[in-house]
Amino acid sequence: MRRTLLPGGLAAIAVAAPAVTPYPVVRPGMALAFPADHGAHPAFRTEWWYVTGWLRTEAGEDLGFQVTFFRTRPSLDGRNPSRFAATQVLFAHAALSDPSTRRLRHGERAAREGFGLAAARTGDADIRIRDWRLRRAPDGHWATRVAASDFTLALDFQPTQPPLPQGAGGYSRKGPRPEQASYYYSVPHLRVSGQVRRDGRDVAVTGEAWLDREWSSDYLAPEAQGWDWTGLNFDDGSALMAFRIRRKGGGTLWAGGSLRHPSGTISTLGSRDVAFRPLATWRSSATGAVYPVSQEVSVRVDGRIMRWRLTPMFAAQELDARRSGLPVYWEGAVRTTGGRGYLELTGYDQALRM
Amino acid sequence: MSAEPGLLSARLALGWLIGGEWRFQPARFLTTAIAIAVGVALGFAVHLVNGSALASFDGAVRGVSGAAELSVRATSPLGVDERLYPRVAGAAGVLDASPMVRLDARIGGAKLTLLGLDVLRAGSVTPSLVGITPRGPDTGNDTVFDEASLFLSRTALAQAHAAVGDRVTVTANGRAVIFHVAGTLPGADAAAALGVVDIAAAQWRFGRLGRIDRIDLRLSDRQAAEASLARLLPADAVLSSEAARGAQGSALSRAYRVNLDMLALVALLTGGFLVYSAQSLAVARRQRTFALLRTLGLSRSGVISAVMVEGVTIGIVGALAGLAGGYGLAWAALHWFGGDLGAGYFGMATTRVVFQPVAAASFFALGLSAAVLGSAIPARAAARAAPAAALKNVGDVLDPRRPALWWPAAVLLAAGAAAALLPAVSGLPLFGFLGMALMLAGGVAGVPWFARTMLRPLAKRTVGSVPSQLAVRHLYGAPAEAATALCGIVASTALMIAMATMVSSFRGAVDTWLGQVLGADLYLRTDAGASFDPATRARLAGTAGVGHLAFSRQLPLTIAADRPPVSLIARPERDGRDPLLVLIERAPTMPTKALPVWVSEPAQRLYGWEPGETITLPLAGGTRFMVAGVWRDYGRQAGAVLVDEADYQRLTGDDGRDEISVMLLPGNEAGAVGKAMAVQLPADLRRHVEITQPATLRHMALTLFDRSFAVTYLLEAVAILVGLAGVAATMSAQTIAREREFGMLRHLGLTRGQLSAMLATEGALVGMTGAVAGIGLGLILAQVLIHVINPQSFNWTMTTQVPVGTLLGVAAALTGAAAATAVLAGRRATAKDAVQSVREDW
Repeated sequence: MRRTLLPGGLAAIAVAAPAVTPYPVVRPGMALAFPADHGAHPAFRTEWWYVTGWLRTEAGEDLGFQVTFFRTRPSLDGRNPSRFAATQVLFAHAALSDPSTRRLRHGERAAREGFGLAAARTGDADIRIRDWRLRRAPDGHWATRVAASDFTLALDFQPTQPPLPQGAGGYSRKGPRPEQASYYYSVPHLRVSGQVRRDGRDVAVTGEAWLDREWSSDYLAPEAQGWDWTGLNFDDGSALMAFRIRRKGGGTLWAGGSLRHPSGTISTLGSRDVAFRPLATWRSSATGAVYPVSQEVSVRVDGRIMRWRLTPMFAAQELDARRSGLPVYWEGAVRTTGGRGYLELTGYDQALRM
Repeated sequence: MSAEPGLLSARLALGWLIGGEWRFQPARFLTTAIAIAVGVALGFAVHLVNGSALASFDGAVRGVSGAAELSVRATSPLGVDERLYPRVAGAAGVLDASPMVRLDARIGGAKLTLLGLDVLRAGSVTPSLVGITPRGPDTGNDTVFDEASLFLSRTALAQAHAAVGDRVTVTANGRAVIFHVAGTLPGADAAAALGVVDIAAAQWRFGRLGRIDRIDLRLSDRQAAEASLARLLPADAVLSSEAARGAQGSALSRAYRVNLDMLALVALLTGGFLVYSAQSLAVARRQRTFALLRTLGLSRSGVISAVMVEGVTIGIVGALAGLAGGYGLAWAALHWFGGDLGAGYFGMATTRVVFQPVAAASFFALGLSAAVLGSAIPARAAARAAPAAALKNVGDVLDPRRPALWWPAAVLLAAGAAAALLPAVSGLPLFGFLGMALMLAGGVAGVPWFARTMLRPLAKRTVGSVPSQLAVRHLYGAPAEAATALCGIVASTALMIAMATMVSSFRGAVDTWLGQVLGADLYLRTDAGASFDPATRARLAGTAGVGHLAFSRQLPLTIAADRPPVSLIARPERDGRDPLLVLIERAPTMPTKALPVWVSEPAQRLYGWEPGETITLPLAGGTRFMVAGVWRDYGRQAGAVLVDEADYQRLTGDDGRDEISVMLLPGNEAGAVGKAMAVQLPADLRRHVEITQPATLRHMALTLFDRSFAVTYLLEAVAILVGLAGVAATMSAQTIAREREFGMLRHLGLTRGQLSAMLATEGALVGMTGAVAGIGLGLILAQVLIHVINPQSFNWTMTTQVPVGTLLGVAAALTGAAAATAVLAGRRATAKDAVQSVREDW
């Protein structure tokens, strides 16, 4: 599942005037089709391309990174002929977790689509906001280049496994009502190579990443507070995605996930098959939010409980992008027995609305 | 101190001398100190007001511009093609670019600047222009891209009497659109009346599709950005920095401000002359005392320092009082008249007095030096007098048989005239003011010569009454005394007459010009960017009683980023030249293919556009026009260019018109036709159209003119009062000093009535001489004001119109005041017994 993180204001547009824009409803039974589904689905309200992963420098240093592009379709009067009409708005985040400094470097871009400055292509993945870009080449590999004020990522992602459809063949329920859902697939075990520039110095990196692709028109139930999500690449080639949507006031509103075994068979996890148990918390001095940065994830596969302890690379991986109108959340590189991945914690500062 | 005992006692005597003078002549000290105080106060007040007004004006400009480092701005409200935006955003050195639509708008009666912007871009480039919604449990409806949301600055919110959550109707570009006040602009300048909506909404709702007005920039490399943008910008856009915008804002009012500063300095100069008069008289009166001290061992420098100490004291007291008074004046002026002192330069800004320590120190120094310089010359004169002769002689030190020198005056006047002919320095007539100062000094220096030349024929006459003959002989025989009394009068009169002549010439020229340009019977004009569309225009033309309608469009057009925009006027001009256009120069022949443009006189002078020249105007991406003529215009100081309506429409596609001049059919009454035309207007336009008759417009224009010269009138009045006070002070001091002479005359058989008549004649003669000299000098100075200072400051010319009434009044007032004070002072001097008066002699 995934994520997120649209500016509070943006999300509210749809809440304020859902009647104006006829958003398509996410329904079960749709078959994913590639490469078209790598590209944008502009009719839906929100969509994202979300890459997270672990990098290793030539010197053997571990780094975590995320590169995310969001697309949203605000609810507007569609008759406005202006070229500036905000029919599609694109956002992007990038962050680099650096254990040597134990802090997160991050940057962002945002623009309304148009004028050749920002665009999300349909038919195949190619999303661009000014100088930031994420695209899929015809040979199937993905590439991104993002430059923030204090770091630059230029990374190639080579798929080693086929896409992993989440939920029922790509239909992923998020809440008690069937339309509270998204179309969702992941590409685990992407082989990474490229360059990271920090403080003016380039280093070559290799690593392993995870791509999440999700689009929806009605993502969060009104009674939802936020979610915990994790995507883990295991050394044996298996991959786990698990999420839970937390209810306002406490408790779990919905949960789900999938485990792809080394053999390639997929165990789909229902709402009762996934549990998250906080092990350690970290309080952000910047926002005051308290995050369960270390958790035990339990899943039930074929009646058998499997557990993984997630340990963060370091605790301070909160991303505070409120200055640019985006929410506060925690997105961090985590380790577990026999694998590594990312943990995402949202709605700990205040409830998300999507 | 190792001084000789003699010298020490001389110093003691000096202390007594000054102390005694203070005790027995406090009025003399006070009046001279007041003369300095008035000069300092005026100068400081004018400077403070200007500085404060400019500061708040700057603030308002910054508030609307959101403090972007560099902006691309359209040269006219027609905007620039929006496809420029991606090219600018992609230019080298540009980090981010925020496109913007800018409109003059109103909500009800409140005016505001409406910006249409992309919140994502502005959030990165000019965050102060981005609104947020107050956070609260019930405000889940904030919408940054919502096309009905409006964010208002606090000032705009207050002026529109609106609150967050209200629905308000915003009128701009002739359209009225309902918005929902979604929040405030907490980062915006508190004083700026500002509204922010989405750029797409602004384009769509206010008829600006495809156009933007401004692109604010965030830069990574300013030099690279300036170079790359200079290459890619079209002619109808300019690159503008904050400094250029500040210059643009202050350029219009700069000449006005400098002129006021100069006038205030001139008041200070007059104060200096008054100090000189008063000190000269005091020195003359105490000549015997000084001589006595000299014989007791006081050195020459001791005498000089005695007089100088007095001057410094007067200077310090006067300058300090002046600073306090100036601050008070500035406060009062801002409180009651506003920052532009009524001249209309700083329309919207509300102003507080900003204390300026450097200016205070400068004006203190100026006041002090005026007093010190005014004392220095008399001090030298006192020190030069030979003690023995001075002890015996209390009379005039100037030998009446020696002719008064005329050449120093002539040299100064010639130097002044030469300086006045020099060109302006960066748009300011500094040499003009220098020329005026030199000519003033020359005029004052020539007063002794002038007085003697004028009195010579009278003095040679042997007919007439005894008192009048005595009066004439006295003045002729003691020219230095008369000259000292006169120089203060001449200086203040000359300046006053110069100002009065300039203002009356200017007002006369404006009046005549208004009569010429307001030739139509009725005028209709729109506000808030409303315009008459073609359908409305057709309906208006068909109104009963209407003979002919001329439609015009007026827009600001930026030629250079750091200069205020000129006015672009489009009206039917090509066939059948408009009789209302008063051409002062025209191109000899025009090629038929050339597009004609008529430039106003200020535009010609500012941009050097001469008839017959081909110029490029930033219109429709840059168009070449040929200057067909130059027209007189006192209305638009920043310049104006006039193009034919058809050419304008063809070039820009803009079919809106915002002004109509109406010629009526014979036998129709303007008021009735105006009402009939109003009925023809669409209801929503009617509120934004003002229908006026030429007489009203003319009255309004002249009221505005008088208001902008209100400060000038005030300074003039102060100059007159200071001058008259000077006359009174010098006349009475001189008269009182002549007590023994009066006793002698009484011995010789003159009655007190005859003495009074003598003094009245003397006073009148002095006053008249001063008035004639002052008026003559003033008329010369007026020529500098009219032909040098005005054209160089405001870029318009005019012909001289002498305010004869004012001249006669001033002459009469001076003569009368001098005579009256002489008689009044004479009463005191002649009141004593004649025998006693004479016995004072020894």
